[in-house]
Amino acid sequence: MERAIILAASAIGAGLAMIAGVGPGIGQGFAAGKAAEAVGRQPEARGAITSTMLFGCAVAESTGIYGLVVALILLFANPLVGLL
Amino acid sequence: MNGPKVVFTIPVFGGIKVTESIINMWIIMAVLVALSIWLTHGLRVRNPSRKQLILEKLAAMLYDMVRDVMGERYLPFAPYIGTLFLLSIVGSLSSLTGLRPYTGDLSVILSWTIVTFIMIQSNNIKNHGVFGWLKSFTQPVAFITPLNIISEIANPVSMTFRHFGNIAAGLVITSLVYSALASMSGFLLSWIPSGFIASIPIFQVGIPAVLSIYFDLFTSFLQAYIICMLTMVFVQGAGE
Repeated sequence: MERAIILAASAIGAGLAMIAGVGPGIGQGFAAGKAAEAVGRQPEARGAITSTMLFGCAVAESTGIYGLVVALILLFANPLVGLL
Repeated sequence: MNGPKVVFTIPVFGGIKVTESIINMWIIMAVLVALSIWLTHGLRVRNPSRKQLILEKLAAMLYDMVRDVMGERYLPFAPYIGTLFLLSIVGSLSSLTGLRPYTGDLSVILSWTIVTFIMIQSNNIKNHGVFGWLKSFTQPVAFITPLNIISEIANPVSMTFRHFGNIAAGLVITSLVYSALASMSGFLLSWIPSGFIASIPIFQVGIPAVLSIYFDLFTSFLQAYIICMLTMVFVQGAGE
């Protein structure tokens, strides 16, 4: 019974952890929009703008990745089941 | 979806587990070393071969990138950055051949970022001396020292999670889509009594390739670029 409760709560927790994906989504969309504006203003600097945007997007992704790692731990390497 | 399998155990220090990731990495390292020896064999100054011209172009691109990001002073770092890039991208792309990509294993990426962490701290010590390095933790005010130490340690951890998370998420999503497609084609053909026809994978042909372009090709290249870029920026920033 306790095991069932822990497994169910872990599944719900993994789903809730992925709400962290909202933040990076907004941030990356904002960065991509600004990059599109910059390319429109200065088409000759396209390469530099794209690489800067990709770099910024990857750094902005961190918080979403933390959420993903928490979800993966809850699903595949659950430490709470061992506490019973 | 499982973790990497343990292939065999070395019976020292209570048993060191050698996993699938390590074996795959050894295979790929052997291939890369053999390729490097073959590619750098018989280089000529006059009348170079086409192979040598392509190789020189790639090396010049790498050195230009390091020069742009880190500056002229850090050019000796270029071979390490190139190795990191090659190991990361070939490891992620090895999933196309059916091997388990070792970049989807936390310990592999953690070992690379620990090397980066040591390089950052040693570059800081080299440029500022031991006392300057210790003093840099108390900047701008003394009571912020614990936060500075945490942020230094968080650096390699966040780099590790970023690379591992992207590749592992690709692995999980690809395996989920595969099993969903398998059950879809099983559902569609289940009314036919013949076991052979019911086992035809209608949906698994072609559809996963679209996902593979994003998760295998695009993400692999991007993550290899990002981990090299972050290494260069952090190491250069430690010397300022």
